[in-house]
Amino acid sequence: MNGQDNSPLLELRDAGVRAPDGRWLIRHVSLSVRRGEIVTLIGPNGGGKTTTIRAALGILPLAEGEVRRSRNLQVGYVPQKLTLDPTLPMTVARFMRLTCPATEAEVARALEETGVCARMTAQVAGLSGGELQRVLIARAILRKPDLLVLDEPVQGVDFAGEAALYELIGRIRERLGCGVLLVSHDLHFVMAGTDRVVCINGHVCCSGHPHAVTQTPEYAELFGPAALERLAAYTHRHDHVHAPDGHVCGTEDCGCDDRKEKGE
Amino acid sequence: MMPDPFILRALLAGLAAALMAGPLGSFIVWRRMAYFGDALAHSALLGVALALVMDISVTAGVLAVAVVVAIAVNLPGHLRRLPPDALLGIFAHGALAAGLLLTSLLIRPGFDLMALLFGDILAVTASDVALLGGGALLILAALVAIWRPLLAAAVSEEIAIAEGMNPRRAELAHTLLLAAALALAMKITGVLLFTSLLIIPAAAARAFARSPEAMAALAVAVGMAAVAAGLWASWTFDAPSGPAIVSAAFGLFAVFHMAASMLRFR
Repeated sequence: MNGQDNSPLLELRDAGVRAPDGRWLIRHVSLSVRRGEIVTLIGPNGGGKTTTIRAALGILPLAEGEVRRSRNLQVGYVPQKLTLDPTLPMTVARFMRLTCPATEAEVARALEETGVCARMTAQVAGLSGGELQRVLIARAILRKPDLLVLDEPVQGVDFAGEAALYELIGRIRERLGCGVLLVSHDLHFVMAGTDRVVCINGHVCCSGHPHAVTQTPEYAELFGPAALERLAAYTHRHDHVHAPDGHVCGTEDCGCDDRKEKGE
Repeated sequence: MMPDPFILRALLAGLAAALMAGPLGSFIVWRRMAYFGDALAHSALLGVALALVMDISVTAGVLAVAVVVAIAVNLPGHLRRLPPDALLGIFAHGALAAGLLLTSLLIRPGFDLMALLFGDILAVTASDVALLGGGALLILAALVAIWRPLLAAAVSEEIAIAEGMNPRRAELAHTLLLAAALALAMKITGVLLFTSLLIIPAAAARAFARSPEAMAALAVAVGMAAVAAGLWASWTFDAPSGPAIVSAAFGLFAVFHMAASMLRFR
């Protein structure tokens, strides 16, 4: 199906998404995810990371550019938020089978992996934020996806749990050989666990392999100087300046080594 | 003692209506579309007027108009100029007023407007029962076929789309099934109380259900109990059947939720 060939599982080419009022939420975004690869989207809040993911999955229509997904692509998706209508009763075990059938044992194993097996008979509406995230991740894994897409998967999870969940995502990638596309604020994980980083701030600011800690002014600019101290940034020259709305001021050439984006 | 055949027919028709109303109504509650149900039901009066003008069966006229409404409401957002709730509010009452106006102008001697508005379960014929029974089973089968994408969309439209389902098609199918259910069940509840036959049993069932399927099944049971109780009241006190059935459902709703609260805080 999605064989061993190395064609992308998912590819965005020069994608643009507009808000209902006509404003561009993202524009000229190109990225791809291959089998066995972990691609992490980073960038400031409101920069369009979630929009990019939603466009890539077909949830939002593209105003320009194109999205390609390989045929019969099995996706496991962990959305940023899940608000269950209070009128809809739903146990964790039933929720796990929402989009694909699974045996009790398979459901239990997936929940075991994310550490919430004990909550199997609980109502989804009664879970804590961290528990819900773990259930969402378990549900996505249960589908044995070709492509695992996670939008800030560890929000609400305590610090020790975060590391374990990121480790788990890495293990799942090894085991299933799936591609992983995720939004993360955890720059430690970005450094240690990611094959490619794509920085999105309205457009693809830069993308490339994460490297050892380097003093990079663009991170100071995007994430604040405090982030620089604990975070390992990756090396690229950042020779443009973002206006408050995210658009690029002055020179259009970003100068990243791995850059795919065309200028605005 | 063998009950009168027309009581038996009424009971069978009511049970068939409750059978399809439970699961259909559960989705109305989950998808928060009670107002759509009202707009749809009120548009049935326009369907009756259409049937009178064109001299076709009332069921066919109601079905035709309801299908048009179901499709119109499902138009993609950019084709609408008003937010959906305003549109439905306008449509629900506009259709009710226009339908009442037209039917009263076109009314023929012996035409029972009260039965149209509030239902007359004791007047169902053997062919009504057959149509309702067969129709209810078909609607139920269709709902089972779209259950997974429809439920996934009720939980999270994003997840459903991302994971390769087509929730919008399932949602359109659900509204079309509602249109068909309305055309079939109108004789039982009347156009004014059709939505309540769908949502009150489902809302009552919510008190004790722990899964979506359990809620739909319990809603069927509540609906059937309400039909039996309402039919008895309708027969004994010569009360209009729609209000009698809906009042019984309302009573069950109140009892269920009080009981659930008491069990929880014991």
